[in-house]
Amino acid sequence: MRHDDQPPTDSKTPMVEFAVRAQTPPSAMQRIRSSFSVIPMLGWLTGILCAVFIERFFGDELAYRLYLPKLPVLFGCLIMFKTPVLIPSALAYVILVYVIPVTATARLTAGLTNRLAAILDRGPIAASCLIHLGLLYLALHYWTDLSDYRLLVLKLTMIAVMLTLSLNLINGYMGEFSCSHPGFMALGAYSASTVTLLLFSNDRLFGAAVLPAAWGSYCFPLALIFGGISAAAGALLVAIPSFRTRGDYLAIISLAFMFIVKSLIENLEWLGGPRGMSGQPDWSSLPVVYAWMVACIWVVNNFVRSIYGKALNALRDNEMAAEAMTVNTRKTKITAFMLGAFWAGVAGGLFAHVMRFVNPGTFGIQRLAEVLAMVYFGGLNSVVGSIFGAVSINLISEMLRPLEIYKWIVIPVILILVMIYRPTGLLAFREFDVKAILRPKHSGTGQGA
Amino acid sequence: MEFFLQNVVNALQWGSFYALIALGYSMVYSIMMVFNFAHGDVFMTGAYIGFGTASLLLALSAALGLGLPGWTILSLTIAVSMVLTAFLGVLVERVGYRPLREAPRASAAITGLMIGIILETGNLALLGARRLSFPDLIHSTTYNLGGVFVTNKKILIVAVSLALMYALHQFIRKTRWGMAMRAMSYDFEVVPLMGVSLNVIAPLTFAVGSGLAAAAGILYGLAYPVLDPYMGVLLGWKAFVAAILGGRGSILGAALAGFLLGFIEIFVPMIFPSTLRDLIAYSIILLILTFRPYGFFGQPHSTQLRL
Repeated sequence: MRHDDQPPTDSKTPMVEFAVRAQTPPSAMQRIRSSFSVIPMLGWLTGILCAVFIERFFGDELAYRLYLPKLPVLFGCLIMFKTPVLIPSALAYVILVYVIPVTATARLTAGLTNRLAAILDRGPIAASCLIHLGLLYLALHYWTDLSDYRLLVLKLTMIAVMLTLSLNLINGYMGEFSCSHPGFMALGAYSASTVTLLLFSNDRLFGAAVLPAAWGSYCFPLALIFGGISAAAGALLVAIPSFRTRGDYLAIISLAFMFIVKSLIENLEWLGGPRGMSGQPDWSSLPVVYAWMVACIWVVNNFVRSIYGKALNALRDNEMAAEAMTVNTRKTKITAFMLGAFWAGVAGGLFAHVMRFVNPGTFGIQRLAEVLAMVYFGGLNSVVGSIFGAVSINLISEMLRPLEIYKWIVIPVILILVMIYRPTGLLAFREFDVKAILRPKHSGTGQGA
Repeated sequence: MEFFLQNVVNALQWGSFYALIALGYSMVYSIMMVFNFAHGDVFMTGAYIGFGTASLLLALSAALGLGLPGWTILSLTIAVSMVLTAFLGVLVERVGYRPLREAPRASAAITGLMIGIILETGNLALLGARRLSFPDLIHSTTYNLGGVFVTNKKILIVAVSLALMYALHQFIRKTRWGMAMRAMSYDFEVVPLMGVSLNVIAPLTFAVGSGLAAAAGILYGLAYPVLDPYMGVLLGWKAFVAAILGGRGSILGAALAGFLLGFIEIFVPMIFPSTLRDLIAYSIILLILTFRPYGFFGQPHSTQLRL
């Protein structure tokens, strides 16, 4: 634009050449990117909401017309792997129901949503966040309304987000290699289940209910917090040895802690022993899990962006230098371990009430490998990375379900490739700046922030 | 007293599996400072390779009418499987660890973990979920030594493992390769500047460790002739803990810690219910590590995580 002001000359100065090059039309890819970079987060959410409603009202009809046996539940991937003949239909469904409505609505309403986002941007950030989160919740609610399988996958994904985030706090931000997360999760799951089973349910372990079931949904958060606190108390067992030793020996201590918790629960007959606990009330509904996940992201994100988070990073990079610079290393380590364990415990409590069954075998090496995979796939030292890692590993593993056992060859191969080419994960070392994400994107800046 | 001695014999047998596997973990850890989480599954694969080799040799011997005795087949099986599994170890190093040498050590641990999962799943996919029974190469004979019952298999297992450990010790102490390994474990950043290639020593370390794991797998198959794809997970993680407990860079420490773990696991059920075995074993390890944070023979060193 600026080059238009220059006086036209015939002499071949570099300036003119540059001006000519600047005026050459951008490639198709660039044009698409710049036309989508003006869409604010609000616009994308509107698009997603629109796609969800299209699926809700026309999904069945469309699936029938495309010769699909039923509504594709996870973006048609299950159908594609089961019956390859239907790949074109499934792809057409995904494009017609998701891709076109999302992009078209988002692009068409970009002007309006930008103005709305600007209004929200002037107000308090909390209000803006709540509105965005509410819209996202609406979309998820109506999306999962169509199939119970989707609901289960989504709930487990959200729990995985909490677990990944809390492990990233210890492994990514503090730089230890902690293997104790399944143990924390088990502590949380069993404590929360004990409270709810003891007080609110007629079951084989604890007998009749003590309190009326109507109180249950109010007491459920308390049960989850109790689970989190008991996990945090367990974390002291790992955190206190971490004063004297770090790195490899701490990895062993945390591993031993995980095995101890598992073995302890197996030996406590009043907790069901190896058979586990079942019959937890079905209180982990979508809004509950969603609210806890949002709370977890909020707390962890604020923690890592605060001075505590910087102290954690300092501790990771050089413990002695951090101590010299007045970082209270013991307090920082304990805080990080306990916060991580608390959220792992809450996630465990939610998990127990989603599955409505836990046994010690759930919290073994397999779970550890899953959580570690999610953390290192998404990226160390990054809240966005954790969310991305948990969501993508969960979705990939659900989508590859038709491959049966070969799924467990494909996923490790993906992870090995990620580790080789991006050793710290795909989205490592990113700041999760909510304000920048919710900001309106005006055309002309073209940066997309 | 006889009861006690009987358990000592059992513990020696059980501990020698742990010790042989722990040596593989410990060597890789002391030289490259990374956890080889695939090692447990290398042990499992070694046992399966041993199974395949033994079955093949038995079939060959029957088809050609050679009538080879069990001892010959067993020693051939151990030799062949050790070599084959050593190649597997080199492959693990090449695929999972060499590209990540400059990366954070935790990332290398993740690739190891994933290679382990691939080995397990590959095994399940190839052979199915059924358990295989290891061919009975030696007929077991029981000797009564003053009330203590000892089978020839037990003697063989303990003897072979001790012999392998002694051979490894001599290899590390006496040969030039061993000297290079010791130097590398002292400082793997400076020693490559002295003309010792890390690209030679690292595969060699993985190969030696995997060979020992294969031997452990075959001996395990002799003692407990049921193979399943998850046996590496069961024994491997405990052996890993034993390896670290022994102390960095200490072959003797890893072997001793392996035997200690074997003794704990055999003797705990004498006094307590056997379900408490893991709980007490890991609690003892936690206690030891709290008071000796660098293991039995390890020196305190500044571990700077390469993040």
